[in-house]
Amino acid sequence: MTSSAAVVRLEHVSKRYGPQGGALAVSDLSLEIPAGEIVVLVGPSGCGKTTTMKMINRLIEPTSGRITIDGEDVMSLPAVELRRRIGYVIQQVGLFPHLTVAENVAVVPRLLRWPPGQVKDRVEELLDLVRLEPATYRDRYPAALSGGERQRVGVARALAADPPLMLMDEPFGAVDPILRDRLQNEFLRLQAQVRKTVVFVTHDVDEAIKMADRIAILQRGGILAQYDTPDTILANPASEFVARFVGADRGLKRLSLACVRDLPLSQPITARPGEPRAALRDRLESAAADYALLLDEQDRPLGWIGRRDLGGEGAVAADDATPGSPTVQPETTLRDALSVMLSSSVQLGVVVDERERVLGLISVDAISATLGGASVEP
Amino acid sequence: MEFLADVAAWFIDPANWSGSDGVPVRLGEHLVLSALPLAAAAALALPIGLSIGHTRRLAGLALNASNVGRAIPTLAILVMAWLLLSRPLVELGLRREAAEITTAIAMAALALPPMVTNTFVGISQVDRELVEAARGMGMTGAQVLFRVEVPVALPVILAGMRTAAVQVVATATLGAVVGTGGLGRYLIDGIAQRRYEEMFAGAVLVALLAMAAELLFGWLQRRTLSPGLRAHRPRGLDDAEQVRSPA
Amino acid sequence: MTDGRPFIDLDWIVRNLDDIWQRTADHVVLTVLAVGIGFAISMALALAIRRWRVLQAPVLAISGTLYSIPSLALFSLLIPFTGIQSLLTAETALVSYTILILVRNLIAGLDGVPPEVIEAAEAMGYGDWQRLWRIELPIALPVIIAGVRIATVTTVGLVTVTALIGLNSLGSLIVNVGLARFFFTATLVGSLGAVALAVAADVGLTALQRVLTPWARSRALGT
Repeated sequence: MTSSAAVVRLEHVSKRYGPQGGALAVSDLSLEIPAGEIVVLVGPSGCGKTTTMKMINRLIEPTSGRITIDGEDVMSLPAVELRRRIGYVIQQVGLFPHLTVAENVAVVPRLLRWPPGQVKDRVEELLDLVRLEPATYRDRYPAALSGGERQRVGVARALAADPPLMLMDEPFGAVDPILRDRLQNEFLRLQAQVRKTVVFVTHDVDEAIKMADRIAILQRGGILAQYDTPDTILANPASEFVARFVGADRGLKRLSLACVRDLPLSQPITARPGEPRAALRDRLESAAADYALLLDEQDRPLGWIGRRDLGGEGAVAADDATPGSPTVQPETTLRDALSVMLSSSVQLGVVVDERERVLGLISVDAISATLGGASVEP
Repeated sequence: MEFLADVAAWFIDPANWSGSDGVPVRLGEHLVLSALPLAAAAALALPIGLSIGHTRRLAGLALNASNVGRAIPTLAILVMAWLLLSRPLVELGLRREAAEITTAIAMAALALPPMVTNTFVGISQVDRELVEAARGMGMTGAQVLFRVEVPVALPVILAGMRTAAVQVVATATLGAVVGTGGLGRYLIDGIAQRRYEEMFAGAVLVALLAMAAELLFGWLQRRTLSPGLRAHRPRGLDDAEQVRSPA
Repeated sequence: MTDGRPFIDLDWIVRNLDDIWQRTADHVVLTVLAVGIGFAISMALALAIRRWRVLQAPVLAISGTLYSIPSLALFSLLIPFTGIQSLLTAETALVSYTILILVRNLIAGLDGVPPEVIEAAEAMGYGDWQRLWRIELPIALPVIIAGVRIATVTTVGLVTVTALIGLNSLGSLIVNVGLARFFFTATLVGSLGAVALAVAADVGLTALQRVLTPWARSRALGT
């Protein structure tokens, strides 16, 4: 897949609603968004982050200033043409309910009059990319999809015409935290492949820290407070406001900079259904372990079994295990991993890959150790 | 606009305001012809609607019957009632009133569906939590019905009566086809005898009467909508009324 | 009951099948014209209202007022200007009645398109008319067709009244044949015919809606 990324420049951009002398929603904003990077606009409500993003594709027209994409002024072409070259993802997704998944994804390529064969191939490619099996999902209607599936189709749809620029407005805001973590991880993996320029809006500082190559913190009235890498912002906030916005728990926030894969994983004692209980008891004893992790044939976790529950004869069965232990992925930030484990009151989190296969374990202790000032290299 | 001058002349002519074909008499006939079936239908429809709404049984049946009823043209029911019932009525010695009676029966039949439907829909749309709270406070079934459900449902119920009232005024007009009195006489006789100013004048009177009925019930509807509930009204178009057929 | 003839004169029906068929056809034409023209006008009004919301209240008020005028009266108000026994008279009134129903449903249907869908369509590069035609109208279709159904059933009933101003339809069977000659069979045939037309239209339009909106039948899996 070709990857093309644009440079976006905002030069002294302002937006005022209402008559002259009224309040500014965005105030003399100048920003350069490098090609192939994710820049996150973040700030409290009323800071103009969404307004700024929408001025890039002219859903909102700036009052003054200039916005260029690869040097071309956005006002120099018809808005409709401009928008067909920019991918757009919003929180409620906005999938067209009367079109199938394939038809939804194909919208922009069709608007650009791609040949039908090319459209079809591209749709398949994208559905694969967002890990929705084309044969299963192609002809489904949005009403039949789950929240996470809809989000994925939304991302595929935005990528369809291979735009050099993506605008994303709280795209993962409407789903539960665990699904959000997964979707964020998937998007980061995707970005590693396609390397698009992405302008991402969120109100969640932790999401900003996790996703961004660069963060632009905006204050009320669309004033730029700081524009830097996440690490720099956490280490050297430029003002009181930034320090307060990022949060007093800046140390804790740095846990968002590192991911599970940055720490060494320990390996559990594993077992499969069908193993004789006596044998498993023995293995646990000789390893001085109290619990084993039960896996299915695809190496996916079924739950933990305690040594104490392994009395009697016979084979280990799937429902011997206590299910529901939370799982995290290599791309999950340490902060999210810690949060997930603490809220389930477990010491060990099971790390799985994108197919839910077990990779290893991570412990609360190991994460807490990184808080002790030793900086972790992301 | 010579024609409109003729119409104005008709209205000014005192002859048209006296005697058995005069406006007051015809208007009176029209009102009596409309009011009695409306009242009778209400007397029947309200209890039925209330009990269906309160107990929620037979709701599907009632809704379907009402939908089917809507597909039957007014004129059809009117003429069929006449053809079926006029002979027997004449035999009972009611020759003069036969047209009025058959028409009244047809009108009552036509007024029933919107009133029953609106009544039971109005009652069943009352928040179940309100009903439970009322029961919890120790109210009997009847008390819950009349002190909680009916007041809340009143605007919707009145919307049904409004529909029925306009329907009834329209059917009373058509009654002239089978020989009743009322304002419809001006229209039917005017058309038959090509006295078009009379036809037009009659049409104006009928239109005004229908709009008056609409406004009256609309006003009642708004008045009975408790201020507390006013905030809940969804923005936009309809005010909780079944779509009615003009007649 | 009917002057010595049997209650329902099947013979007569068979002998007059052609005539009955002709009146049915006329009835259909009057109905389709009214709903068709009404729909076109209503669409124009609805689009204008969505562009200039301030028009909504007056348009609905006017059509609502017209709607409450009994049909015979409305015909009579038009006759001196558009003629007795005139298609123009009938259609002007019939179209007016459809407008209230259709405008309301068109507006409700289009307003019912979720705002995020409109935002997504705009952001993806749909022009305004394209968006209306490809996104908003298809999504609004179920509500719109529901309105067309009601309008059609209503109009079928109103067309019967045109018999009183001299036009041919199933209504003329009811009144000019049935009532005038005190002939129940004719009235019954006319009435049943009208009901059958209304039901057929309703069923047909419902089927059409199902065919045109396969997506409306999808159910969310497991949610």
